[in-house]
Amino acid sequence: MAILDVKNINKRFGGLQALGDVNLSVAENSVHAIIGPNGAGKSTLLNVLVGKLIPDTGSVMFDGQSVLGRKPYEINQMGISRVFQTPEIFGDLTVMENMLIPCFAKRDGSFEMNAIASITQQRDVIEKAEHMLEDMNLIDHRDDHSASMSRGDKRRLEIAMCLAQDPRLLLLDEPTAGMARADTNNTIDLLKRIKEERDITIAIIEHDMHVVFSLAERITVLAQGTPLVEDTPDNIKGHPKVREAYLGETQDAA
Amino acid sequence: MFGLNAKDTRLFFIVIALVAFAPFLMNPFPTDSAMAQFNAGYPDLMQRFVIFGIFAIGFNILFGLTGYLSFGHAAFLGAGSYAAVWMLKLLTINVIPAIMISVIVAGVFALLIGFISLRRSGIYFSILTLAFAQMAFALAASVLTPITGGETGLQTALSDPRILDGARDAGGNIPAPGLWGMEMRDSAEWVVSGWQFTFNVGYYLAGLCMILAFYLSIRIFRSPFGMMLRAVKSNQQRMNYTGLNTRPYTLAAFVISGMYAGLAGGLMAAMDPLAGAERMQWTASGEVVLMTILGGAGTLIGPVLGAGFIKYFENIFSKINDNVLHQWFAFMPDGIEDFLVTIVHPFVGKGWHLTLGLMFMAVVIFLPGGLVEGGQRIARLFGRKKKAADKETDASKTPAE
Repeated sequence: MAILDVKNINKRFGGLQALGDVNLSVAENSVHAIIGPNGAGKSTLLNVLVGKLIPDTGSVMFDGQSVLGRKPYEINQMGISRVFQTPEIFGDLTVMENMLIPCFAKRDGSFEMNAIASITQQRDVIEKAEHMLEDMNLIDHRDDHSASMSRGDKRRLEIAMCLAQDPRLLLLDEPTAGMARADTNNTIDLLKRIKEERDITIAIIEHDMHVVFSLAERITVLAQGTPLVEDTPDNIKGHPKVREAYLGETQDAA
Repeated sequence: MFGLNAKDTRLFFIVIALVAFAPFLMNPFPTDSAMAQFNAGYPDLMQRFVIFGIFAIGFNILFGLTGYLSFGHAAFLGAGSYAAVWMLKLLTINVIPAIMISVIVAGVFALLIGFISLRRSGIYFSILTLAFAQMAFALAASVLTPITGGETGLQTALSDPRILDGARDAGGNIPAPGLWGMEMRDSAEWVVSGWQFTFNVGYYLAGLCMILAFYLSIRIFRSPFGMMLRAVKSNQQRMNYTGLNTRPYTLAAFVISGMYAGLAGGLMAAMDPLAGAERMQWTASGEVVLMTILGGAGTLIGPVLGAGFIKYFENIFSKINDNVLHQWFAFMPDGIEDFLVTIVHPFVGKGWHLTLGLMFMAVVIFLPGGLVEGGQRIARLFGRKKKAADKETDASKTPAE
């Protein structure tokens, strides 16, 4: 069953057709990768899914409900969490506070006038946040300024913050961009573990083919704003159209 | 205690003690000594310390936590003042209803302005609030004269209805705002061998309000709500993608800080039942920004320190004139005395703004965390020395390991 159903999405920026008739169906509890050369429209598609951009035409259904026209925070409350290309965390806050915020968002919803109660009294939320930090191997950084952590730790924290909300769909935008090989492998292992432990669907945009082929069960190739093929990793590997899109039409030159 | 952790409880008690003993602390010099002009322990000034302290504490909840820099908070102070004076005119000379109404009116006003201004952030938000405040100022000074008294201001009069206690002013004097028989301007004097201490009813009422306002601000800082406000300052994008709607958070912070400003305005009117449009002017809005930044934005005690600092300078430095300077430097030869007076002259008296400006620049450049950061650095300096000394003693105890 498809948890995410994207139909006939078109998006124009002035004269540029960023997305043209995009159809995409992500099966529940699968890992679905979206790949494609630079400018293929991967990020535009992601921004449509999370409500940052509104497409000109088409529909996006998440678990039977339309996503279009909703604000990013509403879409998140529906169960879609997003990990950014450069980790987006609360840099001025401590690691623990970073972790507490999504836990409060999960418990109290998008706004709660909780202005008199002390944070230390919220035992349930604190326990959950500490548990997440332990699980993600970040508990040693509990009281550190999150901005002072290494990039790999920031990435883990961001993923942990997304998971604290128990999302049903996790969207990752090039999660290993700019990482060293060892960090990349750690991230792959982390995502594999998350997939095993939880009922979660993962959609990942990635340039690194090593990551894609380690994780993905289905792959959609985008080129110039249009899906070229959608298939299993094994079939994608040798697909002539994919080679063409990545390497250019004249294969002799490559 | 009071739902605060040990550190916050200590800070809270320090603030209570400072407010309670201010009449002593502010008057450290005997009345007829040469230093007496540095005494700040007279009711009028002490009232201003705590009232502007409240104003700055409230401003800090918006600016210190969310980072939204409002340049129009004086509008809420002014609205609170007008509302309070009207209560004193129409209802009763008792200040309690006046203060309560001033908070409510300022809150409603802040809700309206905040709702519109918070559609933008950064510099555009600042400009919107500034525009609203200047509009309010211009209206109060002209079109709304029937409500605000225009340029002369709004004040109590003998002919006011005062529905609840109209009969009390039979003596033919305009009654002064009071609290169950006590008047705000009532003071008790205590003279101890050259020292003179003044205990003023109005000051202690305003001081009590500031203690409550400070307590509430600690609670807000330590609450989930307060943490969300800091998250707004840190990363709005992540907030939106964590399922949190930033708009009601910022609006709630804006309204709360507007209500603090209204409380300050209401107390001003309670101390002296006169409200003028100039209270809404942009310079007054700028002043609270200076207070907050000078003291330390985002810290609990910073705004109170900043408010006290600026009000002290405004009232004490501005009183030092050339005669006083000549007295100070009288022990020097004439030529040098005149020279020194000429040098110092632009920095005191009417030139106190110059001194304040230089100090503000120094604080922003060298202590971006304000006076609080200065205090922390001093504490750390002593702490390090102490730690180093401890280490030495430790080392001497265990010479070989």
